[in-house]
Amino acid sequence: MPKIIINGKEIEFEKGMTVLQACELADVEIPRFCYHEKLSIAGNCRMCLVELEKSPKPIASCAMPAAEGMNIKTNTHLVEKARKGVMEFLLANHPLDCPVCDQGGECDLQDQSMYYGVDKSRFIENKRQVKEKYMGPLIKTQMTRCIHCTRCVRFATEVAGVPEIGAIGRGENMEITTYLEKAMESELSANVIDLCPVGALTSKPYAFEARPWELKKTESIDVMDAVGSNIRIDTYNWEVKRILPRLNNDINEEWISDKTRYSCDGLLKQRLDVPYIKKNNKLQKSNWDEAITLLTDKIQSINPNEIGGHIGDMVNMENALSFKKLFATLKSKNLEFREKKFYINSSEKINYIFNSSIKGIEESDLILLIGSNPRHEATMLNARIRKTFVKKRIPIFSIGDPGELTYDYTVIGNTTDDLKKIIDNEHEFSKKLSSSNKPIVIIGESALELESGQYIVEEVKNFLKKNNFISKEWNAFNFLAQNASTVGLIDLKVLSKEDEEKNSFFEKLNKNQFKLLYLLGSDNLDIKKNNEFIVYQGSHGDRGAEIADLVLPSAAFTEQNGLFENLEGRVQESKKASYPIGEALEDWKIFNLILKKLGKFNDLSKFDSLRKEVLNLIPNFTKLNELPNFEEAQVVNTSSEFISESVNIKNLDYFYTNSISRASKTMSECRQIKQKLRKTGT
Amino acid sequence: MTLKKIHDDQPKEFKFSSENFKKAEEILKRYPKENKKSAVMPFLYLAQKQNSNWIPLAAMKYIANFLSMPYISVYEVATFYTMYNLAPVGKHFVQVCTTTPCLIRGADKIVRLCKEKISPNENELSKEGSCSWMEVECLGACVNAPMIQINDNYYEDLDEKSTKEILESLINDKPLKPGSFRGRKNTAPEKKQIVNGEKHA
Repeated sequence: MPKIIINGKEIEFEKGMTVLQACELADVEIPRFCYHEKLSIAGNCRMCLVELEKSPKPIASCAMPAAEGMNIKTNTHLVEKARKGVMEFLLANHPLDCPVCDQGGECDLQDQSMYYGVDKSRFIENKRQVKEKYMGPLIKTQMTRCIHCTRCVRFATEVAGVPEIGAIGRGENMEITTYLEKAMESELSANVIDLCPVGALTSKPYAFEARPWELKKTESIDVMDAVGSNIRIDTYNWEVKRILPRLNNDINEEWISDKTRYSCDGLLKQRLDVPYIKKNNKLQKSNWDEAITLLTDKIQSINPNEIGGHIGDMVNMENALSFKKLFATLKSKNLEFREKKFYINSSEKINYIFNSSIKGIEESDLILLIGSNPRHEATMLNARIRKTFVKKRIPIFSIGDPGELTYDYTVIGNTTDDLKKIIDNEHEFSKKLSSSNKPIVIIGESALELESGQYIVEEVKNFLKKNNFISKEWNAFNFLAQNASTVGLIDLKVLSKEDEEKNSFFEKLNKNQFKLLYLLGSDNLDIKKNNEFIVYQGSHGDRGAEIADLVLPSAAFTEQNGLFENLEGRVQESKKASYPIGEALEDWKIFNLILKKLGKFNDLSKFDSLRKEVLNLIPNFTKLNELPNFEEAQVVNTSSEFISESVNIKNLDYFYTNSISRASKTMSECRQIKQKLRKTGT
Repeated sequence: MTLKKIHDDQPKEFKFSSENFKKAEEILKRYPKENKKSAVMPFLYLAQKQNSNWIPLAAMKYIANFLSMPYISVYEVATFYTMYNLAPVGKHFVQVCTTTPCLIRGADKIVRLCKEKISPNENELSKEGSCSWMEVECLGACVNAPMIQINDNYYEDLDEKSTKEILESLINDKPLKPGSFRGRKNTAPEKKQIVNGEKHA
């Protein structure tokens, strides 16, 4: 490896690194504004100037490739003077409004001017004034503060794939704006707020809410989709003030989707704080005693076979397990977690996880989407596909039309017949697929909802297996789950193998055979209410609570510890950042209340033992936050039925997918803007 | 009024005329296919010429689609360069050089005449809407100072009388012939040819 001297210390660096990166290796801090690891290099803020021996001028270390034998100095008088000069120019037009700026306390410019700046200004001319720009309901702008680092411009073009932000004008009149001040049409738009090193782009919903040093920070996991993005929850007392991304290069890198970031205001609204009982067709406030007595009376008077339970999209594994145990005590087998009938095969782990792993996408050289729109179903995964697309221009194909994605793709068919042709090697695409080195096949839930869902899963798997694409080194078979709880619940075997095939829950539901339906945080199930008694247990007064006869308040995901398994089968822990509102309890505690009332004292559960049990139940489990073990796929010659039908990708109401986002004001604003855009088509 | 701000009153549609379309295709041939967006500057220039010296938003969109670039990128280029006009400037766009040599030779008088004949302020359309004027920096014809540029042509060696005539001809939409207004040929000496250095020691 080549060597470079930094401040008299010789270190080795990798070829292709810049001087700035080499300095980081040597633990030398270089101030910077425009440079960002995940974005392209711009080199326009000049803050990273360092001295290079034999060079007459200081060099911009972020843009200078490191070379063998360079002698870099970062602690000389020249460097200090250069930094001071640059800082003086940056501050020439920057307003001194830190006390009223939301970035205050976490502002790069503020911090760096403390270290590298001068204490007074020699600039006597007027500062320039720039009008605020409209950038949608999420981003608040104060463009006078902008120092033109162009991080936001590069993010929008490179990562988000919506080139809508740009710098117009030149020189002193340069301004950052979206095209004609339209809202940015991206699910990742709010990441520019984190990127902005000053307070030019700040969060609109969080404006003037709190100072960063007042907030309690909890590192947790997102449950808005199945990706399991790593987040940091900032709370002020009980309130969740904001959600920020946490760096995890295996999952979300440094970004999170707007839904993850901004549905947190939904945690304050529409909350269930006490049990409610329906009397005279109206839900009325009640207390735990009355509610549990009513529930246990109902349970005891109803045949266990006529009790059904449905687990929702944001339920953690411990709660789901204790729900399963409750149903075992009640001797009912009617448990379900799917919102619609779709094919799953829980016999092998590789059947229902994203085997290639999110990071693995970067290695792939061909992607085939089957009935999936990753942009809406798993935004961060989509960002990774785009990253790979931008870097390597890999070909991407789709069966079924996913609509607008952030990369180019070719639709190779809209029916299952096209897929059959590929599998039977009759399609020209089959050759492309089998001749690629590391293909990725992504099967979405829309495809599995089809009658030939079983055929699609099993035959695609067999096809890939035949072509040696399912091995320890590379596994091309992927299922894209939509809900945070899906993979975990399959692992917990909430559904018995028999029910999985027969869909007996849905049959009974459609035939109105349930007399008691217990919804555990389940709001997306399509129910036609008849005479059954519906119990809704969850955090929000949403679709489930609307039809319920008894409402039990429980904690939201930010208010309890719990495990979630993301779509790769990675088990991660969501941490308690705040407290349940009012009389709300964690789900497993509510089940304990019921069990106590029923006199089943032996079946009570404790959180620690629940967690242990969960971890033991997960097949191929390795470690928390790690991918599961690989397991060889069995080729089964099942006689799966093939039906010729068209593959329609279900359109997700992206900003309205779960009870938290439906309660969020910010999300409904985003949704309105999107709908307006679609109508006018501009 | 500034020419770098998007005008309020925008035409809805823009398309290259068949003649300009041919030119555009010629321009495209100069660049490799994968870098066709390099043609954005000549295209903007073509659009500006076609649309009486200014570029409407519709033209930027048209060019963006033509070259498969994002709208914002074309917008960035159009706002960056000072010689792209983003608001109407009239069919006859008068640029008066007011840099030192021209100023010494009486450019201020020309400016005064422009204010009288065309419009009291810079970048404001004349009553008939066919003219506007602006002060510019050196146009590189100092030898023939003072001078003005109207669209692509230089009108040189001006005085008050000739300027008045030129401006009136513009307003009547019958522009005079460009060139020197003292009968000079290009930058040739006016009276007797003096060989370089003859009068100097």
